[in-house]
Amino acid sequence: MDRLPKWADVALVPLISLLLAAFFSAMVLLAIGQSPVEAFNVMVDGALGSAYGWGYTLYYATSFMFTGLAVTVAFHAGLFNIGGEGQAQIGGLGVALVCLALPWPHWTLALLAASLGAAAFGAAWAAIPAYLQAKRGSHIVITTIMFNYIAAAVIVYLLVDVLRPAGQMDPATARFPEGAKLPSLSDIPGLRELFLRVDSSGMPILGADGLQTYQNVPANVTLLIALAACYVVWLLLWRTRLGYQIRAFGKSEAAAKYAGINPVRITMITMLISGGLAGLMSINNVMGEAERLLQNSSEGAGFIGIAVALMGRNHPLGVFLAAILFGFLYQGGAELGLWTSIPIELRIVVQGLVILFTGALDQMVRMLLRWAFSFRTARVA
Amino acid sequence: MDYATLLQILDSTLRLATPLLLACLAGLFSERAGIFDIGLEGKMLMAAMASGAVAALSGSVWLGLCAGIGASLVLAALHGIASITFRGNQLIAGVALNFVASGVTVLIAQRMFGQGGRTPPLTGDARFNPLTLPFAEELRGVPVLGPLYAEVISGHSILVYLALALVPLSWWVLYRTRFGLRLRAVGENPASVDTAGVSVVALRYAAVAITGVLCGLAGAYMATALQAGFGREMTAGRGYIALAALIFAKWRPWAALWATLLFGFFQALALRPDVVEAVLRFKVPVPALDALPYVLTVLVLAGFVGKAIPPRAGGQPYVKER
Repeated sequence: MDRLPKWADVALVPLISLLLAAFFSAMVLLAIGQSPVEAFNVMVDGALGSAYGWGYTLYYATSFMFTGLAVTVAFHAGLFNIGGEGQAQIGGLGVALVCLALPWPHWTLALLAASLGAAAFGAAWAAIPAYLQAKRGSHIVITTIMFNYIAAAVIVYLLVDVLRPAGQMDPATARFPEGAKLPSLSDIPGLRELFLRVDSSGMPILGADGLQTYQNVPANVTLLIALAACYVVWLLLWRTRLGYQIRAFGKSEAAAKYAGINPVRITMITMLISGGLAGLMSINNVMGEAERLLQNSSEGAGFIGIAVALMGRNHPLGVFLAAILFGFLYQGGAELGLWTSIPIELRIVVQGLVILFTGALDQMVRMLLRWAFSFRTARVA
Repeated sequence: MDYATLLQILDSTLRLATPLLLACLAGLFSERAGIFDIGLEGKMLMAAMASGAVAALSGSVWLGLCAGIGASLVLAALHGIASITFRGNQLIAGVALNFVASGVTVLIAQRMFGQGGRTPPLTGDARFNPLTLPFAEELRGVPVLGPLYAEVISGHSILVYLALALVPLSWWVLYRTRFGLRLRAVGENPASVDTAGVSVVALRYAAVAITGVLCGLAGAYMATALQAGFGREMTAGRGYIALAALIFAKWRPWAALWATLLFGFFQALALRPDVVEAVLRFKVPVPALDALPYVLTVLVLAGFVGKAIPPRAGGQPYVKER
């Protein structure tokens, strides 16, 4: 009776954790004198009720898939990478340098090169904390937090003093060339039907040429790369020798060492992959949306990766689902900030509560469930 | 750089080191008892908001201070429940509470005052005002030491002196009392404490509560002494810097004082780029100065300044053998 059935462990524990987080978020809303039901309706309407809304939901979800996978990979090696935020911002620097280096002839070439740049810069930013953890035993949680602050300072310096074009006031790079412009999902035949513009009665809004028109959305081809990344990470972790070594190392460092797994090597490789994935999110926001590098480009997505990974039980499929959920939360939360007097910071509270219940209090949920299941077994017996 | 400028920088060093010192001592008690607390930041932020709000409403800084300590204790209790009672991951619990604090403080401040998540500016008795120590003005004429006493030592709020007094007090509690001995033992080898018939859970909750009180002081200092009111994210990573100082100090109270003074000095330098430029004779970009405490922390963590060995049972929930 001490063990939960597998389906309960996989599906029920995260579901109840999520419901607890939702319940306490509703309590917070009541405490500040707002109606949780009304807030939820605004969120659903704003995030899912229109092509515009879910264009943004999918756009956010794309970023969260990358950062969630980054945290997931590190978690499997027993490493807690809180540095996704900094790695993503430095990854954005890689994207910007690649995009501005050449007058790119076609977006496919630019995307390939920018992805490499993003992953390489993100991985490089994770490499130093990884090395310090592997070689000198400095706690990776603290070093990656410090590297978030250092990354922010590096980006501010570069944007203000180095990369800003002459005569421009705001601290940002120049706009990327036309050839580095990624197609939005609403530009792709087959997918753009999802973003058909309709009026309030549900009839398509026609353009001047009498054809159907599509809502221009920030979600872009990077979503397809994110989906591929989910699959590749699953392959890596459960279908390769390296993935086995990573998981073995995370389960028991002593046993892994005994089996001949080199801890320094695994720590380095895992963190490079993790940092690379965090960096890759920048092709979504920097290249796909802003089309130039701005300050604080990742806007907290690196931290949301922690919640996404925990919510998704450190499995790529779970990360995919949790990323969509957080995409909804982020777009819905932004709409709350626009249309109601609820501050946009509600998103951070919900994010914290999800991490609390799925990550730190999961034992409590398990205890509750075990207690509930013990009745059922007793009756069957 | 002349003597007056040096004194100014030392003066702001002491002011900026105080919240770090309080938070560092807070972390010291928790981690010595085997509970990693990455949530110092969130507790400080919560305390800053609560003290700023209550001081603004009541006009009494002391009520504000109590509210700050209370708010910080609530988060400390949550951390205790998650990591002691339910044996959750202490790091994840800390991160979660930091996010909750970051959002909730803005939500509450916005609801109460409607000023974009800030509390109204505090004046008069709603703030901790500087105290002039005895004879500060009379001794100002004494060469070298007089201005040092009048400018750097004197003229701070009472919380600064309280924080300094807490250093020997923490040392005494940890190394000269039965409670301190047991607290340290519970962070090294909880099973031995349990065998001696002392409750591991009670000791760890006591340690987490002390952490809550000290973080409350740190946060209240931020909002009611260092600045006049709460602003969103006003702690700006100080909780993490305090953690780094704690590692630098190798989990010892006196070393914590020197470590936080050093970090405070770097923060003070970041506020005076003109002085840095005059001394080094070349222009240092302001972001580089901002990043300096964090870079230094990484260097410290990298062990270039001696090896730091954490309490042995840190981070592990205690499970009684059945």
